Amino acid sequence: MATHEYNPEEVRKRRLRGRRKKNLREWLVFTGYLTPSLLGVLLFFFGPMLIVLVQSFQRSATNSEFVGVNNYVNVWKNQAFQSASKNTLIFAGLAVPLAVLLSLLLALLLSSKIPAKSAFRSIMLNPMMVPVASIVLIWQVMFSYNGALNTYLGWFGIDKIDWMKSNWSRIVILVLFLWKNLGYNMVLFISAISAVPNEQLESAKMDGANAVRRFFSIKLPYLWPTIFFVGIMSLINSFKIFREVYLLTGDYPVNELYMLQHFMNNMFSHLDNAKLTAAAIIMCIAMIIIVGGLFIAENRLGRDTEE
Amino acid sequence: MKRNEITPLQTIGSQVQNVNHENEHEHGSIRDIQEVEIVRLSAEELEALHAKGRADARRRMKVRTAAERFWIAVGLLLAVIVAAFALMPIVLTILDSFMSTDEIKTNYSAVYNSLSSASAETKTYLSSTPKLKMIPDMVSFSQYKTLLFLSPTYLLKFWNSVVLVVPIVLGQIMVGCLASYSFSRYRRKRREVLFFSYVILMLMPFQVTLVPNYLIANKLGIYNTWWAIILPGIFSTFSIFLLTKYMRQIPSSYIEAAKLDGANEWQIFTRISLPMCKSAVYAMAILLFIDYWNMVEQPLILLEDAGKQPLSVFLSQINASEVGIAFAASFIFMLPPLLIFLYGEQYLVEGISRSGIK
Repeated sequence: MATHEYNPEEVRKRRLRGRRKKNLREWLVFTGYLTPSLLGVLLFFFGPMLIVLVQSFQRSATNSEFVGVNNYVNVWKNQAFQSASKNTLIFAGLAVPLAVLLSLLLALLLSSKIPAKSAFRSIMLNPMMVPVASIVLIWQVMFSYNGALNTYLGWFGIDKIDWMKSNWSRIVILVLFLWKNLGYNMVLFISAISAVPNEQLESAKMDGANAVRRFFSIKLPYLWPTIFFVGIMSLINSFKIFREVYLLTGDYPVNELYMLQHFMNNMFSHLDNAKLTAAAIIMCIAMIIIVGGLFIAENRLGRDTEE
Repeated sequence: MKRNEITPLQTIGSQVQNVNHENEHEHGSIRDIQEVEIVRLSAEELEALHAKGRADARRRMKVRTAAERFWIAVGLLLAVIVAAFALMPIVLTILDSFMSTDEIKTNYSAVYNSLSSASAETKTYLSSTPKLKMIPDMVSFSQYKTLLFLSPTYLLKFWNSVVLVVPIVLGQIMVGCLASYSFSRYRRKRREVLFFSYVILMLMPFQVTLVPNYLIANKLGIYNTWWAIILPGIFSTFSIFLLTKYMRQIPSSYIEAAKLDGANEWQIFTRISLPMCKSAVYAMAILLFIDYWNMVEQPLILLEDAGKQPLSVFLSQINASEVGIAFAASFIFMLPPLLIFLYGEQYLVEGISRSGIK
């Protein structure tokens, strides 16, 4: 009879054990799916990142004497690091807003009533698929000192400009960046625009709101999340601009184009472990601050538009 | 006057009513206006009414479209300009690849002599200007002939690129799908923190991630081998971020239903989650392919031997004497991604589009 006796304590325990068992089973199954990735990420990224962090406080790769923040101070004061960060930041500061703005305009254009929209979309998406290395030649033909662009400008009596070796080099790289990235951003914006509820646009049209007004008061609030997403993607891509610079100008570009990756490459080739690790940690922290700031800004703005 | 059934004139009902009233007048009968009546009209009257309606509509359209057409024309012009800008480098490269080596040299030697090392001196005395030629004088396959049959280096580098990229794409997709499934189904607090750290890792530029990659490659003894690039590539978290986003959009009712039918997790994964984000997986594969086909940073640092470098790095080191075949090499290099784009554009557009939706 004892088994039929109601014992709340016993039932509760059994239930708890049952739930724990189920939870454990679930955890095991899903951790199993995650395991390959987790092991790889730990082995190739997070683990070595910890070693990098430790080494950034040591004198060198062979001498593990603790030197405090010495390496950080050295990197921070390094002329090359300063100019590389400055150039990278200036480029990002120019490229990201321009990429967001221009691709938004293009998306609006391709969401309007013009014909052959999908053909235009394909064409504008095309540059994304083309490896930089294979259009570098044409770019050099256009922009080198004896290049085509200078020849054409010469017809209008404009003096030759040394595009790749002067202040103009930033603009050349910027054009190349936009050429490559606008298509991807534009597709993101097109889908966001098409997700704007049509009824609101129609009723605003009925009430006599013109296109500009309709954009700013109806479409834009819906587009903020996409604007942030595109902004972050463009920021990430703007750090990859080293590719273009390297392929166009090689290891030693003009000062304006000396990017952080050039600095890192130099440190790699000098095997300067102390500076290398400290610089990586500095950049890692800077990235976390920038991206975190963007996320927080997006959250705050998102809340504002919802209210 | 006969009352009758509804004529096809409902669309321009107001006019019908007018006609009605006129008819009423003629017959001198007073009717309640609220009682809407529809009258059978003779064939000619009907035709006249239709014509009037059409003319009205046409006039209205004309007023609206005059302004509209202007803006469409402006928009079209802008789109054409942007499209031309987007296509120009690609088209020029393709066209130039059909010039003979001599033709390239006569046209572009001014450019390439002023490049790289000799720039400082040549700048001053070079008087010849390059002609940017669109159409080759004579279509010649000499560049391709030299490239494909006479210079094995290019083919070797091309092969290097393939051997590096294909395992990365396949491996990352496999690892990524499994991990994304886990992240999309098991959402506890600690898992979310881990997912967020994956996102942060995805956002880290090469300047940061290459240092740990270099360190671990040295420790594992794979530095200066292809593994130093392939292994970190497989475990990169880029695909996991987007694929997880997709898998979380799958309605949970599908999964619950499968569970009730007694499906285990593997069956849910292979029969529901994977098929439902097929387009995302394709899009991801395309994005990964182009990203790694294009890589420059990793091979520069992780591969010392020039012989192991992929074509992307090698193409930039072409010097003046090889310019004659460089355009064909460039075209062959951009061919695989372009073909993939032609084949998978739909998936790519859909994949990118949905990745932006939160």
